[in-house]
Amino acid sequence: MDLFGSFALLLAFLCGLYAFGGGIAAIVTRRPLLIKSARHAGMAVCVLIWLGFGSLAYLFQTDNFSMAYVVEHSNRTLPAFFKFAAIWAGQQGSLLFWSFLLSIYVFSVLVTYRGKHPELMPYVGVVMVGVQLFFLTLNNFIASPFQILGSAAPSGALQWILRADGNGLNPLLQYPEMVIHPPILYSGYTGFTIPFAFALAALLGRYPGEKWIHLTRRWTMIAWGFQGVGILLGAHWAYAVLGWGGYWMWDPVENASLMPWLTGTAFLHSVMMQEKRGMMRVWNVWLVFTTFLLTIFGTFLTRSGVVNSVHAFAQSSIGPWFLSFIGLVLLVCFVSFWRNRDYLRSDNTLDSLVSRESSFLFNNLILLVACVAVISGTLFPVLSEWVRGTKISVGVPFFNTINLPIGLFLLFLTGVGPLLAWRKTSLASLRKNFGGPLLIGMVAGVVGMALGLRNFYVVVCLALSVFVTLTILLEFYRGARVIASRGNSNLLSGVAQLTMRNTRRYGGYVVHFGIVLIFIGISGTAFNQDKQADMPPGAQMQIGSYRLTHQTFDSTELPNYTSERATIAVDRGGKQIIMLYPEKRFYPSNQESGTMVAIYSTLKEDLYVVYAGHSPETQQPVIHAYLNPLVKWIWLGGAIVVLGTLLALVPNRQPMLALRAVQEPSRAAPALSPAPAPVQHYDGHD
Amino acid sequence: MKAKTKFGIGIGIILVSLSALAWMGARQSQTYYHTVAEISTLNAAALHQRIRVGGDVAAGSIQHLPGRVDFILKEEGKTLPVSYVGSDPLPDTFKDGAQCLIEGHAMPDGRFVAEQLQAKCASKYEAAPGGTESSQPASSSDRKS
Repeated sequence: MDLFGSFALLLAFLCGLYAFGGGIAAIVTRRPLLIKSARHAGMAVCVLIWLGFGSLAYLFQTDNFSMAYVVEHSNRTLPAFFKFAAIWAGQQGSLLFWSFLLSIYVFSVLVTYRGKHPELMPYVGVVMVGVQLFFLTLNNFIASPFQILGSAAPSGALQWILRADGNGLNPLLQYPEMVIHPPILYSGYTGFTIPFAFALAALLGRYPGEKWIHLTRRWTMIAWGFQGVGILLGAHWAYAVLGWGGYWMWDPVENASLMPWLTGTAFLHSVMMQEKRGMMRVWNVWLVFTTFLLTIFGTFLTRSGVVNSVHAFAQSSIGPWFLSFIGLVLLVCFVSFWRNRDYLRSDNTLDSLVSRESSFLFNNLILLVACVAVISGTLFPVLSEWVRGTKISVGVPFFNTINLPIGLFLLFLTGVGPLLAWRKTSLASLRKNFGGPLLIGMVAGVVGMALGLRNFYVVVCLALSVFVTLTILLEFYRGARVIASRGNSNLLSGVAQLTMRNTRRYGGYVVHFGIVLIFIGISGTAFNQDKQADMPPGAQMQIGSYRLTHQTFDSTELPNYTSERATIAVDRGGKQIIMLYPEKRFYPSNQESGTMVAIYSTLKEDLYVVYAGHSPETQQPVIHAYLNPLVKWIWLGGAIVVLGTLLALVPNRQPMLALRAVQEPSRAAPALSPAPAPVQHYDGHD
Repeated sequence: MKAKTKFGIGIGIILVSLSALAWMGARQSQTYYHTVAEISTLNAAALHQRIRVGGDVAAGSIQHLPGRVDFILKEEGKTLPVSYVGSDPLPDTFKDGAQCLIEGHAMPDGRFVAEQLQAKCASKYEAAPGGTESSQPASSSDRKS
């Protein structure tokens, strides 16, 4: 099976070479048969990668301990579920997994658009397979997962070794989330290849108009959605497994996943300016190039050991390959941009500071600044060594000082932007749209201060959250009321109809609302508290309104690990609430231990209890308890962002033809909004 | 033209204020990297800096004392006595031979007081290149040779 897998990958590489060369020849000669054959070769590459991946999965499931990679990351007692997750536990497997997910995207694109857009797709095919070839080079020649264990016999011949058992999977990865977090995050990383391929193809082929943006909108949304969920799942994993009470520490690996998300978010917004007004063409092309490059750069950062990180994988020789690839892509992007730059000229210029365009512009600017700040903070040691000769790193305060105001400004734009008119917004419509929400938001801020909120950012966050939520609700309400009054239906079905008629817009609002919830959750960090104490059975600890009583302590031996566990009763005001079981596990196969955090989560706060081992002085169990307010809102917000993203992916349901003539104008100028510039006129796209 | 100027001013204000924030944040949290060998040669001014040092935990050197944990950090033959006084519990991965990254201040007496500590096992996510086993992985295409 290992031979099968490595041959499949080698064949995929050869097929890829053909698809690349043949694709270029097809573009030059324009011969339909060659175009078709290059496309088929592209599909074959994907299928071969699936076979290679499948054979690695098979080797893991069948405990083939003659394989170096399987030995390194699995053992017999590992549950089948984790034997699957072990595929991407190490570098070689992760890179193959990357190829695998990318090939799913590529295959879907090739199948979806077969026989369509003949002047664009050959270019897209070449760019996609070009990216695949890079990863296949790594999979085949640099970091192959199909290496067998062997040693040199006295005669000099190679003997191969079959191990009785493997080294086991890192306990930190033996957690259900670790089975879904990497696939989802990688689906985000790899997914940005598709808009990149289309953008570069449109540029190279001078494909007319903004069609490539329409074609890639859904692909970008999917990649963006995966990336966001992947980041949140990673945060949740860090929260629930690493046992330090937090979910984000601006670690290089976290930053690496955030950067393409930031530019991807900017891209999702700024394409609307190109669709509606034919502006920002150069900007958009470079945004999507940058996003793609950042996905590669992020991988480089985590794999090369350039920056110190607890999460970072061990240093490896793979860094130069990634750097060369980044350099090559940058060169290709720049040359194709320079040669075709006249194709990207703007149709319009900015008219007014208070307009939809400018809100997008500021949104983009701010997201980009955030991205630059994150990159420079992450690379600070490297940069300072170049500039000043000393290695200096910046920590959490750096990232927080700069990103908190940026985040709040973005939150403000989230509320304002969608309601501004294109070109120019009048003062009257501003007052109409924002007067109420702004006032109530400010009142909420004042009430918060009166109730004892003293942190400036928290107060601003509260006021803005209320403001944004109200503007979103008002949008739904106004639209739904018009529909309800015309169709004689109730408000709720009006909301549903409204949403289904312009899923992109109202899905976007739902996403925005999810982001508001995430902000609320993050603001809870300002009130975190924690307490640590030696707690023999019978001892008690008070944190916030909770009283923890350590009841019993036990240790058990399981096939895969031994566990030490404290049983802690939690009560509040004399009323028993829940039993918590913070635990420490020891994995004999690789001599490592892992912490299982016990969390009692409510909308108000998380009670987060860690059993931190025995105190070396008193030999008593040490319990570290954290009280983290509002954390649940972050995960809740994440779920709503997913919901909104899915909604925005659904095609619009068209109102019946007979009704359309009546309804279109009514949507353009809702009865409640006598604004001179019709606020929503340009919105019903896609 | 007028709109453009306004945009220029708006963008300028945003960029300037954010750069100021970035500068402040960097001042607050900048940490100097030094090797174990460099620590002993630092001048008095450097004693006020926040310093990050990496190395391996010397085998058998971990001593749990009331209020602190003492150990010795080794790098390229040089050693550094360390007292960890941080409030966070020591990570599971902190043990003899572990790769360890500490942050804190160097004391005039040569001891290093660490407030933060990160540790990873030498084999945490990935064996070092070349493999940790006595048997070297061989590429499957070499199998028949």
